[in-house]
Amino acid sequence: MRANKLGLNWIYLAAAALLALPSLAAAQQDPNSQQGSAQPATQPAPAQQAAAAPAPAAAMHGPVRQESHIGKLTGHSETGRKLYFRFCWGCHGFHGDGNGENAPYLNILPRNFVAATFKCRSTPTGTLPTDQDLYNSLGRGLNNSNMPSWISLTDQQRVDMVAFIKTFSPRWQNEKSGDPINVPAEPTLTVESIKHGQELFQKLECWKCHGQEGRGDGPSASTLTDSNDQPIRPYNFAAGSRFKCGVTNRDLYKIFITGLDGTPMPSFADVVKPDEAWDLVHYLRTLQVNKKSPELALWMSTKDGAAIVSAQKISGTPTGAGINQ
Amino acid sequence: MTLCLSMRRRFFSMASSIAFATLLAAVMLANSQSARAIPAFARKYGMPCSACHEAWPKLNNFGQTFKDNGYQLGNDRDAPIFQQPAYWPIALRITPHWHRESTSATDITNPATGLTTEGQLTTHGFDLTGLDILTAGTLAKNISFLLVPSADNTGAFHFESANVRFDNLLHTTWLNVKVGKFELDNIVSEKRILTLSGQGGFYQGYHFQPVTENGLYTFGIGDNQLGAEVSGHSRNDYTRYSAALLSSNDGNVGLPNGHGYDTFLTISQAFQAGSLGLQRVGAFAYIGRAPTYFTLTANSTAVADGLGQKSFTRFGAYGLWYYKKLDFTTMYIHGSDSAFLGTNTPSYADLPVGARKPTWNVGTIETHYTWSPQLILINRYELVRMSQQALPDLAGNLGDVDVLTFGYRYYPFISSRAGFAFHNEYSILRQRGTSPINGLDVTSSSLFLGFDFIF
Repeated sequence: MRANKLGLNWIYLAAAALLALPSLAAAQQDPNSQQGSAQPATQPAPAQQAAAAPAPAAAMHGPVRQESHIGKLTGHSETGRKLYFRFCWGCHGFHGDGNGENAPYLNILPRNFVAATFKCRSTPTGTLPTDQDLYNSLGRGLNNSNMPSWISLTDQQRVDMVAFIKTFSPRWQNEKSGDPINVPAEPTLTVESIKHGQELFQKLECWKCHGQEGRGDGPSASTLTDSNDQPIRPYNFAAGSRFKCGVTNRDLYKIFITGLDGTPMPSFADVVKPDEAWDLVHYLRTLQVNKKSPELALWMSTKDGAAIVSAQKISGTPTGAGINQ
Repeated sequence: MTLCLSMRRRFFSMASSIAFATLLAAVMLANSQSARAIPAFARKYGMPCSACHEAWPKLNNFGQTFKDNGYQLGNDRDAPIFQQPAYWPIALRITPHWHRESTSATDITNPATGLTTEGQLTTHGFDLTGLDILTAGTLAKNISFLLVPSADNTGAFHFESANVRFDNLLHTTWLNVKVGKFELDNIVSEKRILTLSGQGGFYQGYHFQPVTENGLYTFGIGDNQLGAEVSGHSRNDYTRYSAALLSSNDGNVGLPNGHGYDTFLTISQAFQAGSLGLQRVGAFAYIGRAPTYFTLTANSTAVADGLGQKSFTRFGAYGLWYYKKLDFTTMYIHGSDSAFLGTNTPSYADLPVGARKPTWNVGTIETHYTWSPQLILINRYELVRMSQQALPDLAGNLGDVDVLTFGYRYYPFISSRAGFAFHNEYSILRQRGTSPINGLDVTSSSLFLGFDFIF
């Protein structure tokens, strides 16, 4: 009996302690009030950058709410906000400006949502991406950066996160997303198509950045910077099997036409015709010597192609991207 | 009848001793509880703890996917060659705390009189948990490792985990092979349990053995085991499976049981439920064998082999149910031991009259309210019910257990460098009929107030 009484007393004590916590936690859980203010003290460099960056939309216009729409799902920024402050703030920062506490240690800086410039889009260069584009980036991740795939989250969570990302920049209030480009059906793969792509690769001077063999080692490669004035490497076709914005031929086609905003990779929408873009796709696939593809197989069946591919013995770069790790 | 009564008294006495030993072991187990939360990963990838943990050390599905991918995010930045040379994949965890342990009925000997009576024993004071040194990561792309030298709170070291994993074999996430000492593939993980106290710091269902067993064989699904595991999962980790072949040693090194192998199988499936979150159901089975007697070396100083192996099984099913900030973990386990194991009878001897295999059922419901990534409230209730005693004349409820555990963990900051939590918890356990002298119910409680930190 005594034991039971003692037990109950301890239960009361523990319950009281339990009840006391929520008020304390409530004061802590608002990242803008607590963690946001702590951020400059621990990370002075990013905080200084943040001061120079445009103010987030929420700061300029008060609380901003956004929705996103993917299929039948509707995302709500209020829900996405909680997810953002669980998963994303470490890199993208409390204000979405890419100045999270880890930004100084990343050699591809986190996306600045305040600037609302996105690489992976289905929309013309300079326009805002669609909700689907942002949703796809969340699910796919960005290869060769610190942005992982968030496919293990639920669809609804990713849609909510897209809605919240759209609250950071006033652009989402003042502009509509661009219209997705039309990607025509892929023509039949032929040797001629590959050879024409090879000619375009020279004519459009792709080699200046990507190198003659697509190893990302062209004469301009070391001079390139992104919109943050950070050095950026061109894609190494020889080493990589995945592109930053997808893995399919359609994804590669879209990259030509939309460009990768915020990087030196321009849009070729006004320069190449759809058939020519497909020829380029076919040729670029042959530069991916580490990845089996119909294009590579066809190319290697020709005397010229086999000679070129066999010469691609060193596929790595000083960044380590091509090292078989 | 005389034999039965004698046997019953013997079992009572034995059961009482074992019950107390079990309680002590439980306290020690919990105080040296090795738990996984690895800020070395946070530092490597620049992610806050909350990215992988609902509240560390409990994983969310993103963290589980990362673990199942062999500690890889899959963005081609996982291999050591991409890390800064200064990066060192080590994390340390220890929990200074104050705790109070109380047991209602313990046999206490008065040194003055030499008389042994049954009474309440309460101790309290400042203490330490064990220390975990967690090193984990990738040796190369798709070759990952986990090494956890772990000390109990006296500083005595052992290897809690030591394994190498070959990931994404044949270029598919469905085939991974792990070899060494590792935690069984428990989605309801005891290594990532949110409770730390002596009575509440482990899952009863993972360790329960009938009180009629004398400790010749000990086993816990929650214990790390030695063996090899084949596992696989879908890209989003919603579908998972694993199959392990394990040495029948309950993770103890040096082949103490001589020979014998166990099998552990798991499967689980997650599904989306709109805005409620990700739900998961799963099942597992452990089919093991344990020796009923040992042979000794010629000079009788060491165990040569464990012989007369008899089988035991654990089958379980669980669900993780999320309703926004509230989530419930429900688990059911059915356990069964051979009659030889249940009555401590060597296989070469005759079983006691009426002996049969002991069976029992365990129910667990654990509730979390994740107020924010910085505060989680925890409540767990577990019950163990014997469905069949090893001997028919034993009370049907002998050894039945009820445990209530509740508390909270509060994280004053969330960062990608370290973890720190205020951890307050209370747990109370009642076991039927196991007091050492009178065979009364034993009530034990733990109050744990601590600071859990990991760097």
